[in-house]
Amino acid sequence: MTWLRRLRNNTQVEAQLDAELRFDYDQRVAANIRAGMSESEAQCAARLAFGGLEQIKEECRDARGTRWLLDLWQDFRYALRTLRRKPGFAAVAILTLALGSGATTVMFTVINAVLLKPLPYPDADRLVTVNEATEKYGDTWQLSYPDFIDLKSASRSLAPAAWGYKGGTISAPGDAEHVDSVQISSDLFSVLGVPLLRGRAFGPQDDRPGAPPVVIISYRVWQSRYGGTPAAIGMPLVLDGNHYTVVGVAPPDFQLAGEVDVFTPLGQTTDPRMQNREAHFLPAVARLRPGATLAAAQSDLALIGHNLAGQYPKSNVGRTFQLHPMLEAAVGGVRPLLLLLLGAVGLVLLIACINVASLLLARAVSREPELAMRVALGAGRGRLVRHALTESTVLALAGGALGILLAAVGVRPFIALWPGALPRAEEVHLDWRVLLFTVAVSLLTGTLFGLAPALRTSVRALNQTLRAGARSSPGGSRRLHSAFVVSQIAMAVVLLVAAGTLGRTPLRLSSLDPGMNVHNVLVARVALAPGALTNPAQSRAAWRDVLDRARAVPGIESATLSDIIPMREGQDELGYWTTPVQPPTSQLPIALASAVTPDYLKVMGITLRKGRFFTDQDRTGNVVIDEVLAQHAFGQTDPVGKRLFLQEMGPTTVVGVVGHVRHWGLADDDGSQLRDHLYFPFAQVPDTFMPVFSSFMSMAVRTSVSPLTVVEPLRRNLRGTGGDQAIYEVRTMEQLASRSLSRQRFLMLLFGIFAGLALLLACIGIYGVLAYLTSQRVPEFGVRMAIGAKAGDVIQLVLRQSAGMIIAGVVAGILATMAAGRLLERLVAGMRPAEPLTFAAMVAVLLIAALLASFVPARRASHIDPMSALRQE
Amino acid sequence: MRHQDPSPKSDLPQGTLDLLILKIVTMGPIHGYAIAQRIQQISRDVVQVQQGSLYPALHRLENKGLLSAEWKESETGREAKFYRLTAKGRKQLKEETESWARLTGAIGLILGAEGDAQ
Repeated sequence: MTWLRRLRNNTQVEAQLDAELRFDYDQRVAANIRAGMSESEAQCAARLAFGGLEQIKEECRDARGTRWLLDLWQDFRYALRTLRRKPGFAAVAILTLALGSGATTVMFTVINAVLLKPLPYPDADRLVTVNEATEKYGDTWQLSYPDFIDLKSASRSLAPAAWGYKGGTISAPGDAEHVDSVQISSDLFSVLGVPLLRGRAFGPQDDRPGAPPVVIISYRVWQSRYGGTPAAIGMPLVLDGNHYTVVGVAPPDFQLAGEVDVFTPLGQTTDPRMQNREAHFLPAVARLRPGATLAAAQSDLALIGHNLAGQYPKSNVGRTFQLHPMLEAAVGGVRPLLLLLLGAVGLVLLIACINVASLLLARAVSREPELAMRVALGAGRGRLVRHALTESTVLALAGGALGILLAAVGVRPFIALWPGALPRAEEVHLDWRVLLFTVAVSLLTGTLFGLAPALRTSVRALNQTLRAGARSSPGGSRRLHSAFVVSQIAMAVVLLVAAGTLGRTPLRLSSLDPGMNVHNVLVARVALAPGALTNPAQSRAAWRDVLDRARAVPGIESATLSDIIPMREGQDELGYWTTPVQPPTSQLPIALASAVTPDYLKVMGITLRKGRFFTDQDRTGNVVIDEVLAQHAFGQTDPVGKRLFLQEMGPTTVVGVVGHVRHWGLADDDGSQLRDHLYFPFAQVPDTFMPVFSSFMSMAVRTSVSPLTVVEPLRRNLRGTGGDQAIYEVRTMEQLASRSLSRQRFLMLLFGIFAGLALLLACIGIYGVLAYLTSQRVPEFGVRMAIGAKAGDVIQLVLRQSAGMIIAGVVAGILATMAAGRLLERLVAGMRPAEPLTFAAMVAVLLIAALLASFVPARRASHIDPMSALRQE
Repeated sequence: MRHQDPSPKSDLPQGTLDLLILKIVTMGPIHGYAIAQRIQQISRDVVQVQQGSLYPALHRLENKGLLSAEWKESETGREAKFYRLTAKGRKQLKEETESWARLTGAIGLILGAEGDAQ
């Protein structure tokens, strides 16, 4: 653009302007001489005719249209100069803003990567997740394999793909190692739009029982076990004792709800669940076909669901399919939490802004004589406002730049702190969007806190200032200053009470009874020796051997097996009914089902309420239920001896009732949909299911010593005859129980930090405002003391002024807290409304801090010497 | 306020200076001093343009793209800034000349009618 060029060549433009006017002047002088004047007369006349040279230049500059840019540059340099002259002020302001914008930037960096950026697949917005839904339990159902196959052949709007989790042990090439493996439908990679790094994806020919066993390996496995050689394609891999041929390598960053090491074709699986329309164990994704919308696909699926219900009434009546955009399904769970934190951080930023605004305001008032002089010299109001805004923007941008640095350092620790796994955590980086965001926020805040002091400078008032001599009149600013203090205190109250309430939540929750004795219990997953997995009898023997070996470890009192462990991921669920005629599957209540060995009750320390628990003699048809299921299924009648019908298992007899265990965690269990729990003997698992169960059984042991001390002996003892048996994911029950509160703790910690920051900033704000207001009243105090006021009276006077602001802030804050509290209760399980005690304690903390902050200026005011104060007048 | 002028002769109606400049510049590339001289000559000394008005006006017109400027040797041998009319300036001149003619015609009519009435 031309004005930009002209600005860059500003010196040249100025030189030309000068030459142009000089040429005119010289011409005029020459003309005067020609007309008969002497040289000095000619010059004098020309100068008179010319008027003020500088004024003409100034008007030419105005006419040029680059004026605002030059002014901006001038203001910018002036702002830098004034800030450099007051480094203390600049440092406080910039640090305050850096803290605010740094925290905000960290939150936005995470939100940007997790919520806003598309998933790392091509055309990710066309990807959806597919669930099944019933009226009773909503769309929490995964797909059954027969449903998936029918959906795939019937749908015209979707290309679906499914996968099933399965652990596994690779025993060759290289050492035996437990890996995460999944079974995938043949088109998973093509549906996601991810090309393989090497080799080929599975085709339909691989996706059926009896096809030659093939495997796709992850980049990690390719590197660690095959040395990253292209010759890996076609080489063998032994997984769980079965021989596979490697046909492909997945790209390095490929993720499927976590990292996966090995992919096998789903259709080759001999798992009996594959034929069962009631076994819902397959997560599914789908890509919308070109031209199809989400709504069209949804109605397409509704029709398919309807047809399936007609064809298979037993399993599919009352069952439909539900689609969700994949991004939403992946991160929907953390969205409210992230937005809540962004809100909290926003409050901190706002408090920081107000602090800087009141600092600037105080300075603007003390600079009134200077501003008045500027007005007298011809500066317009707009010019003064622009000048003030430039200064605040410089501050804001400096704070923002420092904030970005803080964020760059702080974002990784923040993610490490996140309870559980933050989805897409590996994608979190500072990128241009984040930079843009921070610059925008800085400019916005700069305007926000610069505007109040800027607009205050009304030209007329300044003229009076000049007339009144050098004395400044703080009257108008006092109300604004008070408003600042009030709103800061209100926001600090919100954060403090929220932090206090959040702080009490884990305390309260951890005193809840988990329903079991979590002390001295160690749990671990067990990967059996691959050789033991090939036939059911061998597997059973291997599991008995595992228990025997565990019991032989010194310090271990008892050992048990279970397929699911309380407060840990992974569960097994079964529908149940009590009448001989089975209701439609979609109407069945669901219970958590644990396949356990007889010592389970003893190891976990669960109370037996009625009847008995299992013995080694329980081989068929017996179950134990927990008190919640007993209440739901049998009400007041005694359940022991009653019939209970289970999906996939048929009729069983209830032999005992045990206490309820908070399976979903101390905080979340109460609000969970699925609390009924039943136990059946592991020995009762049919042969056909042994391979599946064997792949995910866990072990729990009760120890007489500290549980972590038995980990190594246990690991050694369990290695087995072949040395290829392993335990992994070793945890104590105490760890699991404590981890179930990690979300509450995480929020408590963050809100604690935010509240601390808010308190600190608010105190700085109060201190600054009062110090300023008090200094403005020095002459008044001088008069008061001269006519007999004591130091105490002056202190009282100042404190009364601040107490008014503080109380107004606290009242406003309490009102706001009530609204904010309701939001927190919705988002944090186990959170209760703030108790009066918490309220009182937090408000007291704030009051004390605020009064301390006001006491310093008050004391200083009481020490002034009346004579010198009066002279200042 | 700033340009106190000893002779009131040069009082120009608002906005007419731009029109006069555009008109003078149609005669060919010309520098600022000569523009002022020409206006004075042609108006037989009735209109005198002050530098304080002339140069800001020239810069404004240049900035609007109605005039373009180049530095070249003047009749005295010194480098001077010569202005010339752009196509846009020509169009603007035509429009403003027409509207000026209409306006002065109308004012003439009114003044004439007033004279009759008296």
